[in-house]
Amino acid sequence: MQPFVEPDYLPALPELFLAGASVTLLMAGVFIGDRSTRLMTWLACVAMAAAFVMVLVLPDERTTTFFGLFVVDRFAAFMKCLVLVGAAVTLIVGLGYVKREGMNRFEFPVLIVFATLGMLLMISANDLIALYVGLELQSLSLYIVAAFRRDSLRSTEAGLKYFVLGAISSGLLLYGCSMVYGFTGVTGFEGIAEALATTVPGNVAAETGVLIGLVFIAAALAFKVSAVPFHMWTPDVYEGAPTPVTAFFAAAPKVAAMALLLRVFLGPFHELAGQWDQIIIFVSIASMGLGAFAAIGQKNIKRLMAYSSIGHVGYALVGLSAGTPEGIRGVLVYMLIYMVMTLGGFACILAMRQRGQMVEEISDLSGLSKTNPTLALALAIFMFSMAGIPPLAGFFGKLYVFLAAVDTGLYGLAIFGVLASVVGAYYYIRIVKVMYFDKPAEGFDRPVGAELSAVLAGTGIITLLFFAYPAPILAGAEAAAAALMP
Amino acid sequence: MTDWPILSTVTFLPLVGVFFILLIRGDERQIAANSRHVALWTSVVTFALSIVLIADFDTTTAEFQFVEFVPWLPEHNIGYHLGVDGISIFFLILTTFLIPLCILASWEAIQTRVREFMIAFLAMETLIVGVFCSLDFVMFYIFFEGQLIPMFLIIGIWGGARRVYSAFKFFLYTLVGSVLFLLAILFMYLDAGTTDIPTLLMHEFAPAVQTWLWLALFASFAVKLPMWPFHTWLPDAHVEAPTAGSVILAGILLKMGGYGFLRFSLPMLPDASAFFVPFIYSLSVVAIIYTSLVALMQQDMKKLIAYSSVAHMGIVTIGIFTFTGQGIEGGIIQMLSHGIVSAALFLCVGVVYDRTHTREIADYGGLVHRMPMYAFVLMVFTLAAIGLPGTSGFVGEFMVLVGAFQSNTWVAMLALTGVILGAAYMLWLYRRVIFGDLTKENLKSITDLNWREVGIFAPLVSLALVLGLYPEPFLDVLHVSVENLIAQTNGAPDLPIAVAPEGAPMQEAQAPARGPLAALAALN
Repeated sequence: MQPFVEPDYLPALPELFLAGASVTLLMAGVFIGDRSTRLMTWLACVAMAAAFVMVLVLPDERTTTFFGLFVVDRFAAFMKCLVLVGAAVTLIVGLGYVKREGMNRFEFPVLIVFATLGMLLMISANDLIALYVGLELQSLSLYIVAAFRRDSLRSTEAGLKYFVLGAISSGLLLYGCSMVYGFTGVTGFEGIAEALATTVPGNVAAETGVLIGLVFIAAALAFKVSAVPFHMWTPDVYEGAPTPVTAFFAAAPKVAAMALLLRVFLGPFHELAGQWDQIIIFVSIASMGLGAFAAIGQKNIKRLMAYSSIGHVGYALVGLSAGTPEGIRGVLVYMLIYMVMTLGGFACILAMRQRGQMVEEISDLSGLSKTNPTLALALAIFMFSMAGIPPLAGFFGKLYVFLAAVDTGLYGLAIFGVLASVVGAYYYIRIVKVMYFDKPAEGFDRPVGAELSAVLAGTGIITLLFFAYPAPILAGAEAAAAALMP
Repeated sequence: MTDWPILSTVTFLPLVGVFFILLIRGDERQIAANSRHVALWTSVVTFALSIVLIADFDTTTAEFQFVEFVPWLPEHNIGYHLGVDGISIFFLILTTFLIPLCILASWEAIQTRVREFMIAFLAMETLIVGVFCSLDFVMFYIFFEGQLIPMFLIIGIWGGARRVYSAFKFFLYTLVGSVLFLLAILFMYLDAGTTDIPTLLMHEFAPAVQTWLWLALFASFAVKLPMWPFHTWLPDAHVEAPTAGSVILAGILLKMGGYGFLRFSLPMLPDASAFFVPFIYSLSVVAIIYTSLVALMQQDMKKLIAYSSVAHMGIVTIGIFTFTGQGIEGGIIQMLSHGIVSAALFLCVGVVYDRTHTREIADYGGLVHRMPMYAFVLMVFTLAAIGLPGTSGFVGEFMVLVGAFQSNTWVAMLALTGVILGAAYMLWLYRRVIFGDLTKENLKSITDLNWREVGIFAPLVSLALVLGLYPEPFLDVLHVSVENLIAQTNGAPDLPIAVAPEGAPMQEAQAPARGPLAALAALN
């Protein structure tokens, strides 16, 4: 019998800490009961903040541990920071909603922490098995939180839909993984890369088999980032899930899935870039196009945000299509800015309450600039930014991905992308129009709450003033991209 | 010159005003009154500072002056780089000059959300001034495109009946052109390794690439200018915008298209510019004749002036693409003149609109009986729009036509018909509004210009006359920069045959052309 070799736990410290914290929170919640939800939420945020600090403090040279299953590098650190911030902020903006709308159960923050833990594991996965385990931990938690308002028809429907479709995509992923394993004989990312470079070329059966596996994996990951044509679940789930959960879906899991997509395609399957490139370009164009056109007719703002997020994924994938370090930097910057705008946008949506009831129709925003000028200004900033109008942050996100696309000669993709962004601008400025040009409707309840105001102010200022000093974020993204593509 | 960053001050001073307006507290009336005053004084001080700029301006060099540089994204060679030369300084001053007048014109016309209006206007000022003094492509684009936000709000919130449609049309039209321009910027950046404009002016792009870049730039500038057939947003936007919005649109925003051609298309892409001369000429000639005819048939005063703007811009593009000293200088003078005259015409419409709330030409008639001062002011600007010698409109048109004759006689001939048609629609408009009997009931009690309005028009009238009677000081500032621009453009190996024979002896050709102007100036 082989002696047990103790792995190096240090690189996985944030994950280990978060796992311990989530179990502790669960235990405490069971003992104290539902009245502890607020406390649990804040404790969960503190735990995530602590994990955030650990990610920053730990050495960020590339290290693997747990026998090569787990990897830490600058790329992982960058994405983990994004995910942790996104998760913590959605917990904070959701506080008021959770309390009012019958979601006041302590499991909510605990499940969010579990999901976040899954995301961190996904980001650090260096093996197909580790990838799957992380993804499932995340997905299972998300299925539950989507249906968290179990007495609401829409919420349970969203949860069920998400579960059924998510299970299919997990099946596709597993099938793809098994194909790749079958034809390369390894599950580790380095091993796959090596096999694709050495043993597979020339072997027609293995080439085809790996390719089929790659297509399945690509489909499953496209489902997770909700890229066209695997986006069908997104509008329904976004609309049906409780709003803080939607905000969470739009922010953290999307970033984590994008990180996984980048790591898988640029790590083990880098050798097949010529093959997956076509898939990504198609998915990118389809997502930008659908995101732009399908959102025009929407009346529900959460549904609109769903289509908008589909479009944003398309833009981010433009950077991956380029397949250069500049392109990856573009994706990372884009995801960061996207997350800030999305969190801000959902904070605005969470402030949409009339006489104690949440409202979600775009027409409810009529004349908001008269009834609540500050909220209207914040939402207008996010909308102009998502439309990519300078000097707001969203412009810079698009700038860097298109820069990479032009650099690699993907002119058609770039031209399609910018034109789609004009179409997309239409529905973003339509919201501004409703708020600023239309006659005032009934105003929203005030005050919106201290947590919401703080998040709105923070995200709004970042969006507005990103241009003033973008250098540190760009440098961070560049280092992360360099770690992924040496 | 001192180390004081005067260009940055001029650019960002309006934002300081915005900050103070945000601090204003009190009831709605107090906020409105104080916002107006803060906005006015901020813009006046900005104007005064820009006067310092021209006083210190060195007319003997084509170099960029008052240059400021701060690294912004040093690893990408993108910097905060400001500077002006003889071409841009006039646009800058035109901007700072018109903004206080716009604020004065909105003094009573804007009664709702005054604070927001003033903020939008001051933000516009920063962005416009930024466009004219940016020496970095990315910065230029940010300023250029950022204007969409305040302008969209100005049209949409304070505009007329069809304001929403017009605001969307304006926004989306301009955005389509601009995003293609952005791709061209990215390509140029990757090709040259920097977005620094002075460096790019020295960079030579491969001829095959130039064509595509030129078309991308054209997409943006042609919409902005606007050139036929990309002009359809303009009548809508002008008509629905509040008076001050129309003034800014006609007076300054349109000039960015012409400025873009001068600053980027010509010197950076000389081969493509030469290649596309027939294309530009055709579009311009069609614009001049077609939009003049359309203007002739308009029922709405603002729409008439809007269409006449398109025609005037056609003259500008012909001038710019003659590649001759007279043509380009004429084009610039024409833009400045149009900036003053069309702005003033929109203000004139605003004066009567404030009193009667209609812009239909048929609702007026015989105003001279009640409003003699107004009739005089409108006459000056009508004549200036026609291009009567002695007014600013003449100088520009004349120089452009002189340039065009050297390049292509037919184009000059056809452009001339536009001048005739211009006289037709402007004089007809004047006759219908001012002369005749005063029969309309609601006009019988109409009042003449008040002191505020006299204060708005006095500087405009004097400028229109000064620029017409004695343009030499203005041309002096332009000469060196324009010659430098032509040298950069003619650095191209193969200019079209039509231009080369006359274009080569540039210096000699310029002397006689200056003669008549100097004589004219002496005569007056």
